[in-house]
Amino acid sequence: MVLLQISEPGQSPEPHQHRRAVGIDLGTTNSLVATVRSGTPELLTDSAGNQLLPSVVRYQANGAVAVGTQAYDALVDDPLNTLVSVKRFIGRGAEDIKRLGTQLPYELVSGSAGMPNFRTCAGDISPVAASAEILKVLVERSESALGGPLDGAVITVPAYFDESQRQATKDAATLAGLKVLRLLNEPTAAAVAYGLDQQGEGLIAVYDLGGGTFDISVLRLSRGVFEVLSTGGDSALGGDDFDRALAGWIGEQADLGDNLDPFQQRQLLKLARNAKEALSVTEQTPVSVADWQGSVSRSLLNELIDPLIAKTLQACKRALRDAGIQATEIDNVVMVGGSTRTHRVKERVREVFGREPLLNVDPDQVVAVGAALQADVLVGNRPGDETLLLDVIPLSLGIETMGGLMEKMIYRNTTIPVAKAQDFTTFKDGQTAMAIHVLQGERELVSDCRSLARFELRDIPPMVAGSAKIRVKFQVDADGLLSVSARELVSGVESHVDVKPSYGLNDDEVTRMLRESYTHAKDDMQLRALREQQVEADRLFEDLSAALAQDGKALLDDREYHCLEVALEDLGRVRNSGRHRDIARHVEIVSKTSEEFAARRMNASIKKALAGHSIDEIDRGE
Amino acid sequence: MDITNNYFEVFGLPVEYDINLRQLSERYHDLQRQFHPDRHVAKTARERRLSEQYTTFVNQAYGELKSPLQRAEYLLGMMGADHGDESLSTLDPDFLMEQMSLREALAEVREADDSEASLQEVANHATSHYAALQREFSEQYSRADVHSAADTVARMQFFYKLLKEIEQLEHELDDY
Repeated sequence: MVLLQISEPGQSPEPHQHRRAVGIDLGTTNSLVATVRSGTPELLTDSAGNQLLPSVVRYQANGAVAVGTQAYDALVDDPLNTLVSVKRFIGRGAEDIKRLGTQLPYELVSGSAGMPNFRTCAGDISPVAASAEILKVLVERSESALGGPLDGAVITVPAYFDESQRQATKDAATLAGLKVLRLLNEPTAAAVAYGLDQQGEGLIAVYDLGGGTFDISVLRLSRGVFEVLSTGGDSALGGDDFDRALAGWIGEQADLGDNLDPFQQRQLLKLARNAKEALSVTEQTPVSVADWQGSVSRSLLNELIDPLIAKTLQACKRALRDAGIQATEIDNVVMVGGSTRTHRVKERVREVFGREPLLNVDPDQVVAVGAALQADVLVGNRPGDETLLLDVIPLSLGIETMGGLMEKMIYRNTTIPVAKAQDFTTFKDGQTAMAIHVLQGERELVSDCRSLARFELRDIPPMVAGSAKIRVKFQVDADGLLSVSARELVSGVESHVDVKPSYGLNDDEVTRMLRESYTHAKDDMQLRALREQQVEADRLFEDLSAALAQDGKALLDDREYHCLEVALEDLGRVRNSGRHRDIARHVEIVSKTSEEFAARRMNASIKKALAGHSIDEIDRGE
Repeated sequence: MDITNNYFEVFGLPVEYDINLRQLSERYHDLQRQFHPDRHVAKTARERRLSEQYTTFVNQAYGELKSPLQRAEYLLGMMGADHGDESLSTLDPDFLMEQMSLREALAEVREADDSEASLQEVANHATSHYAALQREFSEQYSRADVHSAADTVARMQFFYKLLKEIEQLEHELDDY
């Protein structure tokens, strides 16, 4: 439907300004960036015309950092300083890393808050910092292609990423100087990319097997709304594991022993990967390592990877059950991720869902394309677009209660944003503090769940056990990020944390790293701050002017109206002053002054929305 | 949130137990289209915060109305009764016996020759009971019988938990 924009005389709408937005698929093996131009999604390439940026970062002693193909080429020669599959480490603790397996060709050292760092010749590097390097390259690529600074980006993450991993990804974006419009789940992004050409309705399963992560999501698409019904997966399972399984077999055949040095390990993995890729098209491929020569058949590969694929299929069954539907009810199965090229994967997925999976969008590109489409919507380039994504949290959130048990507050697969409050009480007479331990996971025992944060509510007035009433409130925002507050209701004592998961960076660290990265570019920082404030001021100015013109007379009395008008004029003047602190202060003032007006407008539109329904009912004769 | 008197009003639905779930979801989508934070990303921080609050509220309302148990609990609350109030539910010994035997049946599933089939049997039983209780509640609610309704909700709570346990066991059996 095409809507004509009708404006009152003298109130012609501002000519629509196209904003620069991109979608970034920050992958385990490769990363991509896409944008929407003239309504069509398009992948952005480097100067040599490559779309894929290998997610490889190499640190050199002279401080130089290489990212992408150049780093990838040094993989075998310089394994200790060349970081691959960084995504497997982001937001994870030393304990998780051990579980990822022993075949790691890096030296890992413990960084802050138990977070592992890579030891390189350029110092200890956190997975967040390494990811930021990859993002920086993609930002540069985008800005040169779009001819100016970015207004924002959508970055995709595996649906099964937990709080820590999401937060760490966002930290990496902050370090790269990128404004994140939204963290978007990869399968949801893929569904958007498919939904676009299909204009479909119905149930979609997205099977997403990347280099290091596996996701399954079940979505319902109706009238432009993508509603995620359930999601599941394994954030430490992917095509890399196929390589490792095959490398292990080759190592055994060639009698290489267990004590390979990092150089040999890398070489063997590269060999295995090449063989795996060859077997996607042929039945048999020759392999030679050291003085061993042999060949690998597809059926051998199948045998090696079947247990891994079986794990993904279990997750599929679980996701279907969570969504309350049968495999046969799925209308479309979308395949995402380079590892779905593996012949056996396609075969097994076809068996489980009883239908041919969709492969018509390149499985490597589909996530970036979906992210770009969503970025275009979010940044405001597609007014009138009806697409909406309703996403869920992948893992339950809760707190520790007596006896080391996890009490769930928000269940997995709950649509976000969401808030939940629950009351707890003291269990000792005169207790004046309560420790709150925030957890994520499905298991009953605290020790089986991931610890996200701990904080204390202090200064509770001493009372008899059981008479204090402590309300703990969980709030998960649209990015899936959690904040928790606790409040004693009798005395009003309150405490609050934005859950910076134990393995993420704390604010000080992010600030420090940001400062370090800006030491050479202080002016840049000033300019960026000014620009950010101007953008915010412009937005506020534009929005409030439009709102005043539309609803000001109806919802405000004369005095209120005049007040806002004056505040707005001031803001317009200060905006061009070039002093970012002044602008920030005025933005704050105008925001505060117009808060009540905004609330009234929201309420009015809810009433309108409700009234709209009753008209529908009359129309349909209900 | 002072915009409506109750969750039903949010979606423009009549206050009753047997609601049209399709209508509920359509109206939920309509509201989301308007208020979801994605619709307000390019707006000011204040509007983004408001949109997040409203969406959170709408999600909460939708979640409670969609679930047969939570919808019943919510209606019970509207009738002035608290579903946690045990004095209202005078559970009869027969139901206690039934609870025990169902729990036993579930415990025996692991040892059964055909675990999957016996689990399915318990699941079918629980599902049909749960559905019957929903019909009972609807009828009790419509004649404003608070006591019976509270009793039915307590039974529904039992079956809801049982169904969750069955689901958990299904996962466990899958994993081996």
